[in-house]
Amino acid sequence: MDRRKIEEDFFKGLMILSTAIIVGILFAIVAVVVLKGAPALSLSMLTQTPKGGYYLGKGGGILNAIIGSLYLAFGATALSLIIALPVAFYLREYASERFANFVRLSLDILWGVPSIVYGAFGFIIMLYFGLRACLLGGIIALTLLILPIMTRAMDEVMRMVAFELREASYGLGSTKLEVVSKVISRQTLPGMLTAVLLAFGRGIGDAASILFTAGYTDYIPHSLFDPVASLPLAVFFQLGTPFPEVQERAYASAVVLLVIILLTSVSSRLLTKRWSRFVIK
Amino acid sequence: MPKFKPHIRVKNLNLFYEGHHALKDITVDIPEKEITAIIGPSGCGKTTLLKSLNRLIDLVDGIEISGEVIVDGEDIYSTKVDVTYIRKKIGMLGQKPYPLPMSIYDNVAYGPRIHGMRKKKELDGIVEHYLEVAGLWDEVKDRLKSPASMLSAGQQQRLCLARSLAVEPEIILGDEPTSALDPISSKRIEEVFIALKKDYTIVIVTHILRQAVRLADYVIFLYMGDVIEQGPAKEIFENPKEERTKAYIGGEIS
Ligand SMILES: Nc1ncnc2c1ncn2[C@@H]1O[C@H](COP(=O)(O)OP(=O)(O)OP(=O)(O)O)[C@@H](O)[C@H]1O
Ligand SMILES: [Mg+2]
Repeated sequence: MDRRKIEEDFFKGLMILSTAIIVGILFAIVAVVVLKGAPALSLSMLTQTPKGGYYLGKGGGILNAIIGSLYLAFGATALSLIIALPVAFYLREYASERFANFVRLSLDILWGVPSIVYGAFGFIIMLYFGLRACLLGGIIALTLLILPIMTRAMDEVMRMVAFELREASYGLGSTKLEVVSKVISRQTLPGMLTAVLLAFGRGIGDAASILFTAGYTDYIPHSLFDPVASLPLAVFFQLGTPFPEVQERAYASAVVLLVIILLTSVSSRLLTKRWSRFVIK
Repeated sequence: MPKFKPHIRVKNLNLFYEGHHALKDITVDIPEKEITAIIGPSGCGKTTLLKSLNRLIDLVDGIEISGEVIVDGEDIYSTKVDVTYIRKKIGMLGQKPYPLPMSIYDNVAYGPRIHGMRKKKELDGIVEHYLEVAGLWDEVKDRLKSPASMLSAGQQQRLCLARSLAVEPEIILGDEPTSALDPISSKRIEEVFIALKKDYTIVIVTHILRQAVRLADYVIFLYMGDVIEQGPAKEIFENPKEERTKAYIGGEIS
Protein backbone atom coordinates (compact mmCIF):
# COMPACT_ATOMS: atom_id res chain seq x y z
CA MET A 1 0.00 0.00 0.00
CA ASP A 2 1.03 3.52 -0.68
CA ARG A 3 2.99 5.12 2.18
CA ARG A 4 0.92 8.29 2.27
CA LYS A 5 -2.28 6.28 2.59
CA ILE A 6 -0.86 4.35 5.57
CA GLU A 7 0.26 7.62 7.15
CA GLU A 8 -3.17 9.11 6.65
CA ASP A 9 -4.95 6.10 8.17
CA PHE A 10 -2.53 5.83 11.08
CA PHE A 11 -2.88 9.45 12.18
CA LYS A 12 -6.59 9.49 11.58
CA GLY A 13 -6.81 6.42 13.84
CA LEU A 14 -4.83 8.22 16.53
CA MET A 15 -7.15 11.22 16.37
CA ILE A 16 -10.24 9.05 16.66
CA LEU A 17 -8.71 7.22 19.61
CA SER A 18 -7.95 10.47 21.43
CA THR A 19 -11.44 11.78 20.79
CA ALA A 20 -12.90 8.52 22.07
CA ILE A 21 -10.81 8.83 25.26
CA ILE A 22 -12.13 12.33 25.93
CA VAL A 23 -15.75 11.42 25.34
CA GLY A 24 -15.28 8.17 27.25
CA ILE A 25 -13.90 9.96 30.30
CA LEU A 26 -16.84 12.32 30.34
CA PHE A 27 -19.32 9.46 30.17
CA ALA A 28 -17.42 7.46 32.80
CA ILE A 29 -17.52 10.36 35.25
CA VAL A 30 -21.19 11.02 34.67
CA ALA A 31 -22.00 7.30 34.91
CA VAL A 32 -20.12 6.77 38.18
CA VAL A 33 -21.59 9.87 39.78
CA VAL A 34 -25.12 9.12 38.65
CA LEU A 35 -24.99 5.43 39.55
CA LYS A 36 -23.56 6.04 43.00
CA GLY A 37 -25.77 9.03 43.67
CA ALA A 38 -29.06 7.73 42.32
CA PRO A 39 -30.14 5.87 45.49
CA ALA A 40 -29.81 9.04 47.54
CA LEU A 41 -31.56 11.32 45.03
CA SER A 42 -34.98 12.31 46.20
CA LEU A 43 -37.28 15.27 46.18
CA SER A 44 -36.70 15.94 49.86
CA MET A 45 -33.01 16.19 49.15
CA LEU A 46 -33.70 19.06 46.76
CA THR A 47 -36.28 20.84 48.88
CA GLN A 48 -35.05 20.55 52.46
CA THR A 49 -32.17 21.88 54.43
CA PRO A 50 -30.19 19.40 56.57
CA LYS A 51 -32.03 18.20 59.68
CA GLY A 52 -30.23 17.47 62.95
CA GLY A 53 -27.92 14.51 62.49
CA TYR A 54 -27.93 14.82 58.70
CA TYR A 55 -24.25 14.03 58.51
CA LEU A 56 -24.84 10.89 60.54
CA GLY A 57 -27.33 9.65 57.97
CA LYS A 58 -30.54 11.20 59.29
CA GLY A 59 -33.09 13.18 57.24
CA GLY A 60 -33.02 16.46 55.37
CA GLY A 61 -31.53 17.67 52.12
CA ILE A 62 -29.01 19.98 50.53
CA LEU A 63 -31.25 22.92 49.67
CA ASN A 64 -28.84 25.09 51.66
CA ALA A 65 -25.98 24.09 49.34
CA ILE A 66 -28.03 24.44 46.14
CA ILE A 67 -29.26 27.91 47.03
CA GLY A 68 -25.85 28.83 48.42
CA SER A 69 -24.04 27.81 45.26
CA LEU A 70 -26.48 29.73 43.10
CA TYR A 71 -26.08 32.83 45.27
CA LEU A 72 -22.31 32.55 45.15
CA ALA A 73 -22.05 31.84 41.45
CA PHE A 74 -24.61 34.42 40.34
CA GLY A 75 -23.10 37.01 42.65
CA ALA A 76 -19.57 36.39 41.43
CA THR A 77 -20.66 36.27 37.79
CA ALA A 78 -22.51 39.56 38.10
CA LEU A 79 -19.62 41.23 39.89
CA SER A 80 -17.12 39.87 37.34
CA LEU A 81 -19.27 41.06 34.46
CA ILE A 82 -19.26 44.59 35.82
CA ILE A 83 -15.46 44.56 35.87
CA ALA A 84 -14.67 42.34 32.87
CA LEU A 85 -16.77 44.24 30.35
CA PRO A 86 -15.00 47.59 30.71
CA VAL A 87 -11.62 45.85 30.70
CA ALA A 88 -12.47 43.98 27.50
CA PHE A 89 -13.76 47.20 25.91
CA TYR A 90 -10.64 49.05 27.01
CA LEU A 91 -8.29 46.42 25.62
CA ARG A 92 -10.23 46.31 22.34
CA GLU A 93 -10.45 49.98 21.41
CA TYR A 94 -8.51 52.16 23.79
CA ALA A 95 -5.29 50.59 25.07
CA SER A 96 -2.11 50.56 23.01
CA GLU A 97 -1.24 47.13 21.66
CA ARG A 98 1.78 46.97 23.97
CA PHE A 99 -0.16 47.71 27.12
CA ALA A 100 -3.01 45.44 26.05
CA ASN A 101 -0.57 42.58 25.61
CA PHE A 102 0.86 43.23 29.05
CA VAL A 103 -2.65 43.07 30.55
CA ARG A 104 -3.37 39.88 28.58
CA LEU A 105 -0.23 38.29 29.95
CA SER A 106 -1.24 39.25 33.51
CA LEU A 107 -4.69 37.78 32.99
CA ASP A 108 -3.22 34.57 31.63
CA ILE A 109 -1.04 34.26 34.72
CA LEU A 110 -4.03 34.93 36.99
CA TRP A 111 -5.95 32.30 35.07
CA GLY A 112 -3.33 29.77 36.09
CA VAL A 113 -3.27 30.64 39.79
CA PRO A 114 -4.74 27.75 41.86
CA SER A 115 -8.07 28.59 43.36
CA ILE A 116 -6.92 27.86 46.92
CA VAL A 117 -4.61 30.86 46.55
CA TYR A 118 -7.58 33.12 45.80
CA GLY A 119 -9.29 31.61 48.83
CA ALA A 120 -6.32 32.35 51.05
CA PHE A 121 -5.96 35.85 49.63
CA GLY A 122 -9.66 36.55 50.12
CA PHE A 123 -9.43 35.21 53.65
CA ILE A 124 -6.57 37.55 54.56
CA ILE A 125 -8.51 40.53 53.21
CA MET A 126 -11.54 39.49 55.23
CA LEU A 127 -9.46 39.21 58.38
CA TYR A 128 -8.20 42.69 57.72
CA PHE A 129 -11.75 44.03 57.57
CA GLY A 130 -12.80 41.92 60.52
CA LEU A 131 -15.26 39.86 58.46
CA ARG A 132 -15.98 36.25 59.21
CA ALA A 133 -16.70 33.71 56.49
CA CYS A 134 -19.82 34.85 54.67
CA LEU A 135 -21.64 35.09 51.36
CA LEU A 136 -19.94 38.37 50.49
CA GLY A 137 -16.49 36.92 51.19
CA GLY A 138 -17.27 33.90 49.04
CA ILE A 139 -18.53 36.06 46.22
CA ILE A 140 -15.39 38.17 46.30
CA ALA A 141 -13.04 35.18 46.35
CA LEU A 142 -14.96 33.53 43.51
CA THR A 143 -14.90 36.79 41.57
CA LEU A 144 -11.11 36.85 41.87
CA LEU A 145 -11.07 33.35 40.46
CA ILE A 146 -13.42 33.81 37.50
CA LEU A 147 -12.64 37.41 36.58
CA PRO A 148 -9.50 36.57 34.57
CA ILE A 149 -11.36 33.77 32.81
CA MET A 150 -14.27 35.99 31.83
CA THR A 151 -12.13 38.95 30.83
CA ARG A 152 -9.74 36.93 28.72
CA ALA A 153 -12.57 35.04 27.03
CA MET A 154 -14.34 38.32 26.20
CA ASP A 155 -11.10 39.79 24.97
CA GLU A 156 -10.54 36.89 22.59
CA VAL A 157 -14.09 37.17 21.28
CA MET A 158 -13.66 40.88 20.66
CA ARG A 159 -10.33 40.40 18.94
CA MET A 160 -12.07 38.29 16.33
CA VAL A 161 -14.17 41.23 15.13
CA ALA A 162 -13.32 42.05 11.51
CA PHE A 163 -11.24 45.16 11.01
CA GLU A 164 -13.66 46.23 8.27
CA LEU A 165 -16.60 46.23 10.64
CA ARG A 166 -14.79 48.55 13.02
CA GLU A 167 -13.74 50.65 10.06
CA ALA A 168 -17.35 50.87 8.87
CA SER A 169 -18.46 52.07 12.31
CA TYR A 170 -15.70 54.63 12.67
CA GLY A 171 -16.39 55.73 9.11
CA LEU A 172 -19.83 56.93 10.17
CA GLY A 173 -18.27 59.21 12.76
CA SER A 174 -18.62 56.96 15.79
CA THR A 175 -16.63 57.57 18.93
CA LYS A 176 -14.68 54.65 20.39
CA LEU A 177 -17.36 54.18 23.01
CA GLU A 178 -20.05 53.97 20.35
CA VAL A 179 -18.01 51.47 18.38
CA VAL A 180 -17.55 49.14 21.35
CA SER A 181 -20.93 49.59 22.97
CA LYS A 182 -23.19 49.73 19.93
CA VAL A 183 -21.42 47.72 17.26
CA ILE A 184 -18.75 45.40 18.62
CA SER A 185 -20.85 44.37 21.61
CA ARG A 186 -23.73 43.41 19.33
CA GLN A 187 -21.50 41.60 16.92
CA THR A 188 -19.94 39.62 19.76
CA LEU A 189 -23.06 39.10 21.87
CA PRO A 190 -23.14 35.31 21.43
CA GLY A 191 -19.45 35.02 22.23
CA MET A 192 -19.77 37.32 25.22
CA LEU A 193 -22.57 35.17 26.56
CA THR A 194 -20.36 32.12 26.21
CA ALA A 195 -17.62 33.92 28.13
CA VAL A 196 -20.03 34.76 30.95
CA LEU A 197 -21.35 31.21 31.18
CA LEU A 198 -17.86 29.76 31.03
CA ALA A 199 -17.00 31.84 34.06
CA PHE A 200 -20.25 30.92 35.77
CA GLY A 201 -19.58 27.21 35.23
CA ARG A 202 -16.07 27.53 36.60
CA GLY A 203 -17.36 29.50 39.57
CA ILE A 204 -20.18 27.24 40.61
CA GLY A 205 -17.92 24.20 40.65
CA ASP A 206 -15.04 25.58 42.65
CA ALA A 207 -14.48 24.49 46.24
CA ALA A 208 -11.07 25.75 47.32
CA SER A 209 -11.67 29.47 46.90
CA ILE A 210 -14.79 29.45 49.07
CA LEU A 211 -13.59 27.00 51.71
CA PHE A 212 -12.41 29.72 54.10
CA THR A 213 -14.22 32.69 52.65
CA ALA A 214 -17.82 31.52 52.42
CA GLY A 215 -17.74 29.00 55.24
CA TYR A 216 -20.47 26.40 55.51
CA THR A 217 -23.83 26.29 57.21
CA ASP A 218 -26.98 24.23 57.33
CA TYR A 219 -29.08 27.31 56.81
CA ILE A 220 -29.94 29.47 53.86
CA PRO A 221 -28.23 32.86 54.25
CA HIS A 222 -30.41 35.90 54.81
CA SER A 223 -27.79 38.54 54.22
CA LEU A 224 -24.45 39.01 52.53
CA PHE A 225 -22.81 38.66 55.94
CA ASP A 226 -24.19 35.21 56.76
CA PRO A 227 -22.08 32.17 56.09
CA VAL A 228 -23.25 30.14 53.13
CA ALA A 229 -23.13 26.50 52.04
CA SER A 230 -22.19 25.34 48.56
CA LEU A 231 -22.48 22.22 46.45
CA PRO A 232 -18.75 21.52 45.99
CA LEU A 233 -18.21 21.75 49.75
CA ALA A 234 -21.33 19.66 50.37
CA VAL A 235 -19.75 16.96 48.22
CA PHE A 236 -16.49 17.36 50.10
CA PHE A 237 -17.99 17.16 53.60
CA GLN A 238 -20.36 14.33 52.83
CA LEU A 239 -17.64 12.26 51.20
CA GLY A 240 -15.55 12.84 54.30
CA THR A 241 -17.96 11.07 56.64
CA PRO A 242 -17.49 7.40 57.44
CA PHE A 243 -21.13 6.57 56.66
CA PRO A 244 -21.88 4.99 53.25
CA GLU A 245 -25.38 6.51 53.07
CA VAL A 246 -23.94 9.98 53.58
CA GLN A 247 -21.28 9.30 50.97
CA GLU A 248 -24.07 8.42 48.54
CA ARG A 249 -25.49 11.83 49.22
CA ALA A 250 -22.17 13.30 48.17
CA TYR A 251 -22.61 11.72 44.75
CA ALA A 252 -26.22 12.85 44.63
CA SER A 253 -25.02 16.41 45.33
CA ALA A 254 -22.51 16.05 42.53
CA VAL A 255 -25.36 15.03 40.22
CA VAL A 256 -27.19 18.22 41.14
CA LEU A 257 -24.06 20.22 40.37
CA LEU A 258 -23.64 18.44 37.03
CA VAL A 259 -27.25 19.11 36.13
CA ILE A 260 -26.86 22.83 36.86
CA ILE A 261 -23.74 22.97 34.71
CA LEU A 262 -25.47 21.03 31.95
CA LEU A 263 -28.45 23.37 32.02
CA THR A 264 -26.11 26.34 31.79
CA SER A 265 -24.42 24.82 28.75
CA VAL A 266 -27.65 23.97 27.00
CA SER A 267 -29.24 27.34 27.63
CA SER A 268 -26.06 29.00 26.43
CA ARG A 269 -26.28 27.06 23.17
CA LEU A 270 -29.91 28.03 22.70
CA LEU A 271 -29.39 31.69 23.55
CA THR A 272 -26.29 31.89 21.38
CA LYS A 273 -28.29 30.71 18.45
CA ARG A 274 -31.03 33.22 19.04
CA TRP A 275 -28.63 36.09 19.63
CA SER A 276 -26.66 35.29 16.47
CA ARG A 277 -29.47 36.52 14.26
CA PHE A 278 -27.96 39.93 13.69
CA VAL A 279 -24.31 38.93 13.63
CA ILE A 280 -22.45 39.77 10.43
CA LYS A 281 -20.38 36.85 9.18
CA MET B 1 -3.56 76.26 -10.58
CA PRO B 2 -6.60 74.12 -11.14
CA LYS B 3 -9.48 75.53 -13.12
CA PHE B 4 -12.07 74.00 -10.81
CA LYS B 5 -13.07 74.60 -7.24
CA PRO B 6 -11.28 72.01 -5.13
CA HIS B 7 -13.18 70.45 -2.25
CA ILE B 8 -10.19 68.53 -0.92
CA ARG B 9 -6.63 69.76 -1.28
CA VAL B 10 -3.91 67.31 -0.41
CA LYS B 11 -0.55 68.94 0.12
CA ASN B 12 2.76 67.10 0.43
CA LEU B 13 1.20 64.09 2.04
CA ASN B 14 3.72 61.44 3.09
CA LEU B 15 2.78 58.21 4.76
CA PHE B 16 4.92 55.41 6.14
CA TYR B 17 3.78 51.98 7.27
CA GLU B 18 6.49 51.02 9.75
CA GLY B 19 9.19 52.34 7.48
CA HIS B 20 7.54 51.50 4.15
CA HIS B 21 7.03 54.73 2.26
CA ALA B 22 3.50 54.17 0.89
CA LEU B 23 2.55 57.71 -0.12
CA LYS B 24 5.31 59.92 -1.47
CA ASP B 25 4.76 63.62 -1.25
CA ILE B 26 1.26 63.52 -2.68
CA THR B 27 -0.18 66.83 -3.81
CA VAL B 28 -3.58 66.63 -5.46
CA ASP B 29 -6.78 68.64 -5.71
CA ILE B 30 -10.15 66.98 -5.76
CA PRO B 31 -12.94 68.89 -7.47
CA GLU B 32 -16.21 69.63 -5.74
CA LYS B 33 -19.37 67.80 -6.82
CA GLU B 34 -17.62 65.68 -9.37
CA ILE B 35 -16.45 62.10 -9.45
CA THR B 36 -12.72 61.65 -9.04
CA ALA B 37 -11.24 58.25 -9.75
CA ILE B 38 -7.96 57.12 -8.24
CA ILE B 39 -6.39 54.54 -10.52
CA GLY B 40 -3.16 52.63 -10.53
CA PRO B 41 -1.69 49.16 -10.21
CA SER B 42 -2.18 46.97 -7.16
CA GLY B 43 -0.20 48.09 -4.14
CA CYS B 44 0.42 51.60 -5.44
CA GLY B 45 -1.29 53.24 -2.46
CA LYS B 46 -4.85 53.89 -3.66
CA THR B 47 -6.55 52.56 -0.52
CA THR B 48 -4.00 54.28 1.66
CA LEU B 49 -4.60 57.62 -0.01
CA LEU B 50 -8.37 57.22 0.18
CA LYS B 51 -8.32 56.36 3.88
CA SER B 52 -6.07 59.32 4.52
CA LEU B 53 -8.84 61.57 3.28
CA ASN B 54 -11.13 60.87 6.24
CA ARG B 55 -8.54 59.70 8.73
CA LEU B 56 -9.70 56.10 8.75
CA ILE B 57 -5.99 55.46 8.28
CA ASP B 58 -5.64 56.42 11.97
CA LEU B 59 -6.98 52.95 12.82
CA VAL B 60 -3.85 51.32 11.44
CA ASP B 61 -1.11 50.87 14.03
CA GLY B 62 2.37 52.17 13.46
CA ILE B 63 1.79 54.67 10.69
CA GLU B 64 3.60 57.93 10.34
CA ILE B 65 1.95 60.69 8.42
CA SER B 66 2.90 64.23 7.47
CA GLY B 67 1.51 66.89 5.19
CA GLU B 68 -1.93 68.41 4.94
CA VAL B 69 -5.37 67.38 3.81
CA ILE B 70 -7.46 70.51 3.57
CA VAL B 71 -11.21 70.20 3.39
CA ASP B 72 -13.27 73.36 3.33
CA GLY B 73 -10.21 75.34 4.30
CA GLU B 74 -9.39 73.24 7.35
CA ASP B 75 -6.56 70.73 7.76
CA ILE B 76 -8.21 67.51 8.92
CA TYR B 77 -4.96 66.43 10.60
CA SER B 78 -4.82 69.54 12.73
CA THR B 79 -4.94 68.66 16.42
CA LYS B 80 -7.90 70.97 16.93
CA VAL B 81 -10.11 68.91 14.68
CA ASP B 82 -12.59 66.41 16.07
CA VAL B 83 -12.05 63.26 14.06
CA THR B 84 -15.68 62.07 14.42
CA TYR B 85 -16.76 65.32 12.79
CA ILE B 86 -14.37 64.73 9.89
CA ARG B 87 -15.73 61.24 9.33
CA LYS B 88 -19.30 62.45 9.51
CA LYS B 89 -18.50 64.95 6.81
CA ILE B 90 -16.54 62.47 4.70
CA GLY B 91 -18.25 59.10 4.40
CA MET B 92 -16.72 55.87 3.23
CA LEU B 93 -17.95 52.88 1.28
CA GLY B 94 -15.71 49.87 1.62
CA GLN B 95 -14.61 47.22 -0.80
CA LYS B 96 -16.71 44.46 0.73
CA PRO B 97 -20.12 45.38 2.12
CA TYR B 98 -20.02 45.35 5.90
CA PRO B 99 -23.45 46.07 7.36
CA LEU B 100 -23.63 46.67 11.10
CA PRO B 101 -24.85 43.74 13.21
CA MET B 102 -28.41 45.04 13.47
CA SER B 103 -31.60 45.36 11.47
CA ILE B 104 -31.85 47.02 8.08
CA TYR B 105 -33.63 49.97 9.66
CA ASP B 106 -31.11 50.34 12.46
CA ASN B 107 -28.23 50.25 9.98
CA VAL B 108 -29.47 53.38 8.28
CA ALA B 109 -30.65 55.00 11.50
CA TYR B 110 -27.32 54.31 13.26
CA GLY B 111 -25.52 57.38 11.95
CA PRO B 112 -28.33 59.89 12.52
CA ARG B 113 -28.85 58.45 16.01
CA ILE B 114 -25.24 58.78 17.15
CA HIS B 115 -25.22 62.29 15.78
CA GLY B 116 -28.15 63.20 17.98
CA MET B 117 -31.32 62.44 16.05
CA ARG B 118 -33.85 60.83 18.37
CA LYS B 119 -37.29 61.47 16.95
CA LYS B 120 -38.85 58.29 15.63
CA LYS B 121 -40.85 60.03 12.94
CA GLU B 122 -37.90 61.90 11.49
CA LEU B 123 -35.75 58.78 11.64
CA ASP B 124 -38.41 56.89 9.71
CA GLY B 125 -38.30 59.60 7.08
CA ILE B 126 -34.51 59.57 6.88
CA VAL B 127 -34.37 55.79 6.60
CA GLU B 128 -36.93 55.72 3.82
CA HIS B 129 -35.35 58.60 1.96
CA TYR B 130 -31.82 57.23 1.88
CA LEU B 131 -32.88 53.68 1.13
CA GLU B 132 -34.76 55.22 -1.77
CA VAL B 133 -31.67 57.13 -2.92
CA ALA B 134 -29.57 53.99 -2.73
CA GLY B 135 -32.19 52.14 -4.75
CA LEU B 136 -33.02 49.63 -2.06
CA TRP B 137 -36.30 50.82 -0.60
CA ASP B 138 -38.66 48.76 -2.74
CA GLU B 139 -36.75 45.58 -1.99
CA VAL B 140 -36.69 46.00 1.80
CA LYS B 141 -39.63 48.16 2.80
CA ASP B 142 -41.55 45.16 4.13
CA ARG B 143 -38.71 43.77 6.22
CA LEU B 144 -36.98 46.74 7.76
CA LYS B 145 -36.72 44.90 11.06
CA SER B 146 -34.94 41.85 9.72
CA PRO B 147 -31.17 41.46 10.07
CA ALA B 148 -29.04 43.23 7.51
CA SER B 149 -26.95 40.08 7.22
CA MET B 150 -29.83 38.41 5.37
CA LEU B 151 -29.52 40.67 2.35
CA SER B 152 -27.55 39.70 -0.75
CA ALA B 153 -24.09 41.21 -1.23
CA GLY B 154 -25.39 43.71 -3.76
CA GLN B 155 -28.22 44.74 -1.47
CA GLN B 156 -25.82 44.98 1.45
CA GLN B 157 -23.58 47.34 -0.48
CA ARG B 158 -26.55 49.56 -1.31
CA LEU B 159 -27.52 49.43 2.35
CA CYS B 160 -24.01 50.53 3.28
CA LEU B 161 -24.34 53.40 0.84
CA ALA B 162 -27.69 54.42 2.35
CA ARG B 163 -26.10 54.17 5.80
CA SER B 164 -23.25 56.47 4.75
CA LEU B 165 -25.58 58.97 3.12
CA ALA B 166 -27.84 59.08 6.16
CA VAL B 167 -25.20 60.90 8.21
CA GLU B 168 -25.35 63.63 5.56
CA PRO B 169 -21.73 63.77 4.44
CA GLU B 170 -20.46 66.23 1.89
CA ILE B 171 -17.92 63.83 0.44
CA ILE B 172 -18.21 60.12 -0.28
CA LEU B 173 -15.19 57.88 -0.63
CA GLY B 174 -15.53 54.49 -2.27
CA ASP B 175 -12.75 51.89 -2.22
CA GLU B 176 -13.44 49.62 -5.18
CA PRO B 177 -17.08 49.71 -4.09
CA THR B 178 -18.25 47.31 -6.77
CA SER B 179 -15.44 44.78 -6.72
CA ALA B 180 -17.33 42.28 -4.56
CA LEU B 181 -20.54 42.60 -6.54
CA ASP B 182 -22.16 40.96 -9.55
CA PRO B 183 -22.39 43.01 -12.78
CA ILE B 184 -26.01 44.04 -12.24
CA SER B 185 -25.43 45.23 -8.68
CA SER B 186 -22.28 47.01 -9.84
CA LYS B 187 -24.23 48.82 -12.48
CA ARG B 188 -26.82 49.96 -9.94
CA ILE B 189 -24.12 51.31 -7.63
CA GLU B 190 -22.55 53.14 -10.57
CA GLU B 191 -25.90 54.67 -11.47
CA VAL B 192 -26.42 55.82 -7.91
CA PHE B 193 -22.98 57.43 -7.89
CA ILE B 194 -23.71 59.33 -11.09
CA ALA B 195 -27.00 60.54 -9.64
CA LEU B 196 -25.30 61.58 -6.41
CA LYS B 197 -22.64 63.78 -7.90
CA LYS B 198 -24.91 66.77 -8.21
CA ASP B 199 -24.95 66.96 -4.40
CA TYR B 200 -21.77 65.25 -3.32
CA THR B 201 -18.08 65.20 -4.00
CA ILE B 202 -17.21 61.61 -4.80
CA VAL B 203 -13.83 59.91 -4.81
CA ILE B 204 -13.58 56.30 -5.90
CA VAL B 205 -10.73 53.88 -6.19
CA THR B 206 -11.12 51.45 -9.01
CA HIS B 207 -9.18 48.69 -10.66
CA ILE B 208 -11.51 48.62 -13.60
CA LEU B 209 -10.40 51.12 -16.18
CA ARG B 210 -13.69 51.00 -18.01
CA GLN B 211 -15.47 51.87 -14.79
CA ALA B 212 -13.21 54.89 -14.39
CA VAL B 213 -13.99 55.90 -17.96
CA ARG B 214 -17.73 55.56 -17.30
CA LEU B 215 -17.77 57.41 -14.01
CA ALA B 216 -14.88 59.77 -13.61
CA ASP B 217 -14.74 63.47 -14.32
CA TYR B 218 -11.27 63.73 -12.87
CA VAL B 219 -8.54 61.12 -12.60
CA ILE B 220 -5.54 60.66 -10.35
CA PHE B 221 -2.99 58.09 -11.49
CA LEU B 222 -0.84 56.67 -8.72
CA TYR B 223 2.21 54.53 -9.25
CA MET B 224 4.27 53.10 -6.39
CA GLY B 225 3.17 55.81 -4.01
CA ASP B 226 3.73 58.69 -6.44
CA VAL B 227 1.12 60.73 -8.24
CA ILE B 228 2.23 60.37 -11.83
CA GLU B 229 -0.52 62.36 -13.43
CA GLN B 230 -3.79 64.01 -12.53
CA GLY B 231 -6.32 65.88 -14.58
CA PRO B 232 -9.73 65.81 -16.23
CA ALA B 233 -10.72 62.28 -17.21
CA LYS B 234 -10.88 63.08 -20.88
CA GLU B 235 -7.32 64.34 -20.98
CA ILE B 236 -5.91 61.44 -18.99
CA PHE B 237 -7.66 58.77 -20.98
CA GLU B 238 -7.36 60.25 -24.44
CA ASN B 239 -4.17 62.15 -24.18
CA PRO B 240 -1.96 61.08 -21.27
CA LYS B 241 1.27 63.03 -20.98
CA GLU B 242 3.36 60.62 -18.95
CA GLU B 243 4.82 57.42 -20.32
CA ARG B 244 3.69 55.37 -17.32
CA THR B 245 0.13 56.62 -17.58
CA LYS B 246 0.12 55.60 -21.23
CA ALA B 247 1.49 52.21 -20.35
CA TYR B 248 -1.13 51.69 -17.61
CA ILE B 249 -4.04 52.79 -19.73
CA GLY B 250 -2.72 50.72 -22.61
CA GLY B 251 -2.76 47.71 -20.31
CA GLU B 252 1.01 47.19 -20.30
CA ILE B 253 1.35 47.58 -16.53
CA SER B 254 -1.32 46.41 -14.15
N1 LIG C 1 -1.34 47.92 7.27
C1 LIG C 1 -0.25 47.94 6.48
N2 LIG C 1 0.96 47.69 7.00
C2 LIG C 1 2.07 47.71 6.21
N3 LIG C 1 2.06 47.97 4.91
C3 LIG C 1 0.87 48.21 4.32
C4 LIG C 1 -0.34 48.21 5.08
N4 LIG C 1 -1.37 48.48 4.24
C5 LIG C 1 -0.82 48.65 3.03
N5 LIG C 1 0.52 48.50 3.06
C6 LIG C 1 1.45 48.64 1.93
O1 LIG C 1 1.31 49.92 1.37
C7 LIG C 1 1.29 49.87 -0.04
C8 LIG C 1 0.00 50.48 -0.56
O2 LIG C 1 -1.10 49.70 -0.15
P1 LIG C 1 -2.58 50.02 -0.56
O3 LIG C 1 -3.45 49.07 0.14
O4 LIG C 1 -2.83 51.47 -0.37
O5 LIG C 1 -2.54 49.68 -2.13
P2 LIG C 1 -3.70 49.70 -3.18
O6 LIG C 1 -3.27 50.61 -4.26
O7 LIG C 1 -5.01 49.98 -2.52
O8 LIG C 1 -3.66 48.20 -3.71
P3 LIG C 1 -4.86 47.30 -4.24
O9 LIG C 1 -5.19 47.78 -5.59
O10 LIG C 1 -4.24 45.93 -4.30
O11 LIG C 1 -5.98 47.41 -3.27
C9 LIG C 1 1.45 48.41 -0.41
O12 LIG C 1 2.80 48.21 -0.75
C10 LIG C 1 1.11 47.67 0.82
O13 LIG C 1 1.87 46.50 0.92
MG1 LIG D 1 -6.79 48.82 -2.20
